[in-house]
Amino acid sequence: MTANGWLQIALFFALILACTKPLGVFIASVMEGKRTFLSPLLGPLERLTYRVCGVRLDAEGQPEEQTWTRYSAALLAFSGFSAVLLYAMQRMQAWLPFNPQAFSQNNVSPDLAFNTSVSFTTNTNWQSYVPEQTLSYFVQMAGLTVHNFLSAAAGLGIAVALVRGFARQSVKTIGNFWADLTRATLYVLLPASVIAALVLCSQGVIQNLSAYTTVTTLEGVKQVIAQGPVASQEAIKMLGTNGGGFFNANSAHPFENPTPFSNLIEMFLIFLIPAALTYTFGKMVRDTRQGWALFAAMTVLWLGGVVTAYYFEQKGTPMLAKAGIAMQADAAQSGGNMEGKETRFGIANSALFATATTDASCGAVNAMHDSFTPLGGLVPLFNIQLGEVVFGGVGAGLYGMLMFAILAVFISGLMVGRTPEYLGKKIEQKEVKMAMIAMLVLAASVLLFAGASSVAPFVKGGYWNAPGPAAANTNNPGAHGLSEILYAYTSATGNNGSALAGLNANTPWYNVTLGLAMLIGRFLMLLPLLAVAGSLAAKRQVPVSAGTFPTHGPLFVGLLIGVVIIVGALTYFPALSLGPIVEHLML
Amino acid sequence: MSVQVQDPMNQTVPSEASIAADRALGRGQRARPLFDPPIVRRAVTDSFAKLNPRTLAKNPVMFVVEVGAALTTGLMLRTLISGSSGFGFELQIAAWLWFTVLFANFAEAMAEGRGKAQADSLRRSKTDSTAKKLDADGRVDVVPASSLRKGDICLCEPNDIIPGDGDVIEGIASVDESVITGESAPVIRESGGDRSAVTGGTKVLSDYIKVQITSNPGETFLDRMIALVEGAARQKTPNEIALNIMIAGLTLIFLLAVVTLAPFALYSVDQAKAGTAPTVIVLVSLLVCLIPTTIGGLLSAIGIAGMDRVMQHNVLAMSGKAVEAAGDVNTLLLDKTGTITLGNREAVEFLPAPGVHEGELANAAQLSSLADETPEGRSIVVLAKEKYGLRGREIASHEAEFIPFTAQTRMSGIDYEGRQIRKGAGESVRRHIASLGGEFPQSVTDIADAIARTGGTPLVVSEDARVLGVIHLKDIVKGGMRERFNQMRTMGIRTVMITGDNPLTAAAIAAEAGVDDFLAQATPRDKLDLIKREQAGGRLVAMTGDGTNDAPALAQADVGVAMNTGTMAAKEAGNMVDLDSNPTKLIEIVAIGKQLLITRGALTTFSIANDVAKYFAIIPAMFAVTYPALNRLNIMRLHTPESAILAAVIFNALIIIALVPLALRGVKYRPLSAGALLRRNLLVYGLGGVVAPFPGIWLIDRLLGVLHLV
Repeated sequence: MTANGWLQIALFFALILACTKPLGVFIASVMEGKRTFLSPLLGPLERLTYRVCGVRLDAEGQPEEQTWTRYSAALLAFSGFSAVLLYAMQRMQAWLPFNPQAFSQNNVSPDLAFNTSVSFTTNTNWQSYVPEQTLSYFVQMAGLTVHNFLSAAAGLGIAVALVRGFARQSVKTIGNFWADLTRATLYVLLPASVIAALVLCSQGVIQNLSAYTTVTTLEGVKQVIAQGPVASQEAIKMLGTNGGGFFNANSAHPFENPTPFSNLIEMFLIFLIPAALTYTFGKMVRDTRQGWALFAAMTVLWLGGVVTAYYFEQKGTPMLAKAGIAMQADAAQSGGNMEGKETRFGIANSALFATATTDASCGAVNAMHDSFTPLGGLVPLFNIQLGEVVFGGVGAGLYGMLMFAILAVFISGLMVGRTPEYLGKKIEQKEVKMAMIAMLVLAASVLLFAGASSVAPFVKGGYWNAPGPAAANTNNPGAHGLSEILYAYTSATGNNGSALAGLNANTPWYNVTLGLAMLIGRFLMLLPLLAVAGSLAAKRQVPVSAGTFPTHGPLFVGLLIGVVIIVGALTYFPALSLGPIVEHLML
Repeated sequence: MSVQVQDPMNQTVPSEASIAADRALGRGQRARPLFDPPIVRRAVTDSFAKLNPRTLAKNPVMFVVEVGAALTTGLMLRTLISGSSGFGFELQIAAWLWFTVLFANFAEAMAEGRGKAQADSLRRSKTDSTAKKLDADGRVDVVPASSLRKGDICLCEPNDIIPGDGDVIEGIASVDESVITGESAPVIRESGGDRSAVTGGTKVLSDYIKVQITSNPGETFLDRMIALVEGAARQKTPNEIALNIMIAGLTLIFLLAVVTLAPFALYSVDQAKAGTAPTVIVLVSLLVCLIPTTIGGLLSAIGIAGMDRVMQHNVLAMSGKAVEAAGDVNTLLLDKTGTITLGNREAVEFLPAPGVHEGELANAAQLSSLADETPEGRSIVVLAKEKYGLRGREIASHEAEFIPFTAQTRMSGIDYEGRQIRKGAGESVRRHIASLGGEFPQSVTDIADAIARTGGTPLVVSEDARVLGVIHLKDIVKGGMRERFNQMRTMGIRTVMITGDNPLTAAAIAAEAGVDDFLAQATPRDKLDLIKREQAGGRLVAMTGDGTNDAPALAQADVGVAMNTGTMAAKEAGNMVDLDSNPTKLIEIVAIGKQLLITRGALTTFSIANDVAKYFAIIPAMFAVTYPALNRLNIMRLHTPESAILAAVIFNALIIIALVPLALRGVKYRPLSAGALLRRNLLVYGLGGVVAPFPGIWLIDRLLGVLHLV
């Protein structure tokens, strides 16, 4: 591990830390419908959107508040409708414009189209296909890029709705879904994406609608070079923690992520909004210390992951060392495990990217996680299994962490001699029930699908899984194969989208089950949390006293970290021990 | 009317009934060991009875263990019949799984047993009695007490057992209530006022009363008390239900983790081409070790024991919910008199108005107080006698007219030999004087204010339209109250003193006692409003009360402790009854509530933290052949896979029984701030919970080796 590597990690964190408060304040203002410096420019557009879409306004011209059930219904209706639309778009791409490569529905089977449309509406961006050989520019732009915005905006809205539950008292409503969606897109995601896309262009990310170019390489072979409107999708792919690459190689591709600077920008975009939301949360509950406490817990978990991944990647493996590869970094080369990594990023930036992309539910990759060392690769896997609460996805990270905070308070809050309360709200039957349902469905989706796939006996050449048994789709035998299967369902359920790419997931069995896992992971987690938001909003706030469980100090931060790790570890340790852990021990 | 009320402190010889009641209520319990042999014997029997799956289904965690134990037993028998190897190991696992369930049952039975023993004693004291029922013509009809219905009227004479709960509608009598309260000194019950309620099962000692029955048989206070201490009416409290949901949810998550381990293992065995997948018995063992059996097994025992601890303080909690709420209380409303100050104020000084002789004032003060039976009134008579040698006079009622104190006039006095002597609060006397055309001297106001500022109560004495002066009544704050209120403050509880005094007086006493706030010149209406205000701010309120006019406030409060000496209406309205009628006890009740919650939280945290070690014991053992490399996780160096699994199961069972005393006694509670409490408890039960099983499992593994059990 090099000083240079540490410096780059420190630089990344300093950038995030610097932006947390200003952006957090801005998001709070936007989501509360207050005037911001962008209002003169975007206000008319916002009101036009409401008028065109028929959003009901109250007497003061603000969108009408919704109860948690109506909010959820709006969310479900919107997601359902847009998923169907995206499905249709893929299947009809032959008849749609901007298709220079003449891709047709033959490139997108029904199960793949289902998987992809679910994947992008749930903010997962799992890709069972090779984009540059499958989808037209139109589908990429009007379908995928649009969903990158909307699914992130929905997540942000839901997080804010949950925070409203804590901040309000004795009311039935938690906000308006349509307003949250519109404001998050218009004021937060769009302006930031425009700036980010321009910055990325300056580094060499391409943006065109040209047909693919065929060139003759120095070796004299012909090579097809894919083109496309990449920068516009790249910016929101990172900012919205979506992660679906324009190209199969994702952020390892030079047209997506050409320079170390663009790499820094992309990592910065992943954490930007999730980190800021912790401040938004603190501001909305009128106690910014509460937001910083979550920020601190997330920082510790992030740092732990980075250090572990960096350490094991730099350490390499005995096999590499035996092959005569230098494991020590020196001025000429980076040393360590460089398999599957880009030389322009090196070990520190690959480990940092892998950690950040799985801490958040992004899933973009700038190196192949499949080629990481067992424990280096365990970090991204375990990060997702923790629930992607380390900064996490746009909105998803905050509401996931709040769910853990509710659990932490419930498990240990009794130890101060009062029934548990968080931010003045009593944590009772309903909150605990909903938090447990969310935890349970996530664990069930990961474990049951992965369990089934590790033994499911399909016939070779059959419809469901042509390669034969589901386990035959793995690229590597043994414990690593199990890691690949486990990673796939973990990533889908966690709405992450990254993969231990060895697994061939483009078969009906995997497309359908992974699609279901994504749906479960998104909506069966969201609905209980929205129910919690509704229940909390209706409660009165208990005033803080010396007898109140303090949730802003180092003690609570430690407790929260402990609960996140212990719950994650207890749920997945048996499975992990047969995957990455034993793989490491057998090195 | 003069009835000599015995000072309870002077009564030294307890009656037989009171001794029985003492036993029934478990007073002197501190002497009784936690594991009282008869209770233990009964609990052991009950633990087996509780194996009934229908009973156990209410406890999801232990139900899963029982199903696992039954499954293991079946598989063990199959091994026995087929004669294959491994029977000894399977037998031991099955046995320890059954022990796990039995230990949890035992904990619950122990907690219930203490209540049941008390209920039995109470039942013995509830003898079949007869009642002298009065019919419409006033004729006495002797009927069995059990035939009385609401609204019947009966006559109770000396040595009669009062046949049911009721209100005295005629007469006055001294009653031995030791069956209920354990207090041997008789109490006075009379018609009208706040002392009219009588309880079935208590005994009339002198005089007679007519009682109108207010409850049907089976619904009496004694019946309810028996049901309460026995736990028959026990319902799960809200927090207990929520906790149950959480541990049931965790159980399901662990079930998933263990069930899916089977396919993962099959895959691994297939790939490694070595070993076999773990057997069902091993998977069941892992599951039982992981699910929160410690808290699952002890949860209901903790709740019952909490109620029992309240009972040991001689307080009857009508529901576990009330005890739980006590832990959450933010605001304590404490009546000044009897709680913060000693019950009675004493006259300490006569301060005459200008131009009035001190003796004249003393004389008038004494005259006005002759008929005043309140302790304050008597202290005035005594002070006049001690200071000025004025003897108490007998004044026949035809010579004088006594003016009793009323809430409207707020004055009392006497019309004697043409003189109108009044004493009362400054404001009332001012109005009285004004109505007679007199003038209220500024100097008297000054004197009164000066007294009030020092925490005393000024009582202005007037004769006709002339103000004679002021009597200084002094409140005496009980010792140690300031320290207790400081403790409350560290615990985050605000104390509010309720008093009928004027704001000046109240402020002075509040400052002396160290309460956070006070409500002066409080009427029952004010009290109710204050509670509603506090609750509207999200706070939970606890209060004590005894009079019928306290009933609405008692009902409104989250924790309402009615004094046993109080009226039936008050007792019905509150959710606890203090049989000792000691209002200070509210503070202890709060501590018990907190202790109950802390015990629950501590054991939950401990239970979950324990799992870490169990993974390190069982996972390497499961795959010892398939993946020998996993043995590097065997950091306890357990010697064989069988002994590792068995040791974890045994540890899991033994920890339940080891924690029974803690569950029954409760975690030691210290009045600290929440932050300090959390730090301490997290260290002990969180970190302790992670660390403790490592040496524990290691030790059991060694013992199993030494004893050649595996």
